[in-house]
Amino acid sequence: MGQPLLEVKDLTKYYTSGYIFTKKVLGCEKVSFNVNEGEIFTLVGESGSGKTTVAKLVMRLIKPTSGSIYLDGKDIYLYDQKEYYTKVQAIFQDPFSSFNPRYSVERVFDDVFKFLLKGSNLSKEERQNLIVSALEKVRLSPEQVFGRFTYELSGGQMQRILIARALLIKPRLIVADEITSMIDASTRVDVLNELLHLKEREKMAVLFITHDIGQAYYVSDRVAVMWKGKIVEEGPAEKVLFDPETEYTRSLVKSVPKLHEKWEI
Amino acid sequence: MSEYSLIVQDLKGRYYSAVFGVVYAVDGVSFSVKKREILGLAGESGCGKSTLLRLLTGVAEPPLRYEGGNVIIIGNDGREYNIWQMSGEELRREVLGKLISYIPQSVFDALDPTQRIRDFMAMTLEERTGVKYSGEEIRKIVGEHFERLGLSIDVLDRYPHELSGGMRQRAVIAISTYLKPIVLLLDEPTSALDVSSQKRLIELLISFHKDRIIDTIIFASHDITLLRQLCQRIAIMYAGKIVEIANTEDIIYDPLHPYTRGLIESLLPLEETIKKKKIFGIPGAPPILTAPPAGCRFHSRCGQKMDICKIKEPPFIEQDGRFVSCWLYGEER
Repeated sequence: MGQPLLEVKDLTKYYTSGYIFTKKVLGCEKVSFNVNEGEIFTLVGESGSGKTTVAKLVMRLIKPTSGSIYLDGKDIYLYDQKEYYTKVQAIFQDPFSSFNPRYSVERVFDDVFKFLLKGSNLSKEERQNLIVSALEKVRLSPEQVFGRFTYELSGGQMQRILIARALLIKPRLIVADEITSMIDASTRVDVLNELLHLKEREKMAVLFITHDIGQAYYVSDRVAVMWKGKIVEEGPAEKVLFDPETEYTRSLVKSVPKLHEKWEI
Repeated sequence: MSEYSLIVQDLKGRYYSAVFGVVYAVDGVSFSVKKREILGLAGESGCGKSTLLRLLTGVAEPPLRYEGGNVIIIGNDGREYNIWQMSGEELRREVLGKLISYIPQSVFDALDPTQRIRDFMAMTLEERTGVKYSGEEIRKIVGEHFERLGLSIDVLDRYPHELSGGMRQRAVIAISTYLKPIVLLLDEPTSALDVSSQKRLIELLISFHKDRIIDTIIFASHDITLLRQLCQRIAIMYAGKIVEIANTEDIIYDPLHPYTRGLIESLLPLEETIKKKKIFGIPGAPPILTAPPAGCRFHSRCGQKMDICKIKEPPFIEQDGRFVSCWLYGEER
């Protein structure tokens, strides 16, 4: 398969607070995994298991206590920040706070050209065409969103705008952290289908983070189960979720309510 | 003796807000719950589940206002309590805690962090019965009830923060069920829980129900796979109305309302089949409840809409023992 796109090695993060009596809280400990090109890799776990810590570390939002992360074989801290963010983009849990409420939808896209794609020298028309085609890929029509403020859109529409924005930047990797948790149940699956499209059509890799094990199974090629800051099991989605090897994963998947089966209580 | 423990007729509640105007949060809801039944109340966020539960307690705090309809609780002696016709005083003395008990979304908010469990219990009992008990008396009278729920009597001397999440949950249930209410209302009690604690809570409720500590339960949740584990019947709410009520199996395998069908088909339970088929959500978004649309509230998202759906609201009709509100069913069009 060659070199993995993202390589996470022995990643440890302790959050410390206080100066004299410092208190340490474990974020994640000795976490190692790879994300290959064009695959969806999922970190699944209960709250407090360290999933989001890993996402933040990969996004360079916090610095690791020890361990390293490589993108294309190069340490992520050796990239220029702007260059890194053209290669790795993130979509977070709360679409309502991902946007500046005073920005119109157009401005969200214009800023991409202004800051991240500065050197592209496109005419206004070319830019517009790129934006429209990105919106079409996430099944939003320009009439639906142009001229509106982001807060006027539904949560699902906002998450899709963030995906469209990522499509313009054409990153190699998208980090998607609990992106459906604030979206209505009846439209949740559509946002996940967009992730599958990113993988299938745009050949992008996705690092997906979720506590919802059904969702993890639906989108992932491979999954890693996190517990108390560590990865306890990793492998193909079918194997890990339907024939797990560790006691923890077994009890976790057993606790997930199913639609067509009833617990024996 | 009546076979029902709760009858709700055309219940309406609205929020009055200076900024958003009038929100038609619960708009003409009717259903009944049988004795010993566990009813699930399902629907997406903002559909009115929590508002409906609050209206069932007979207490509406501003900006919520009761706008009409009946909530009738039938006591074990067969007496009917029409709770919105009762005064606040009567409600406190005869209904709250005794006939109906309400457990809010977060059990962390349900207890007072500055009071020991026994003092909180004493305060609750004084409020409900008018009798003041000392700490020692509380230990005597509620100790047995707590022990039945798997809590040691010592829990009474603790503060909420000294208890684990699971114990706190049991304590809240113990306090809410001490006066043996006929109907217990639970509002998304598992939304902040991990799957393993969620399963423990469901097991706990089922065992309390079996042991007759709890008689009738209404459990609101957006998670149908969870309701499936617990409930005999499920009511589906959409945009302030109940659109369908049926046995759990019928809701899952043979839903009648197009919204129920879309919702069930959009679920992603951890089952091997979900990866083999393409799953889609329901297009569009729920209407904004400050200006609900004319006709059926689901019509703009419905794949089977007819002309009448845009104009006239469908009646809530019975079909083969099931209730549905959709123009696809029934004679009268």
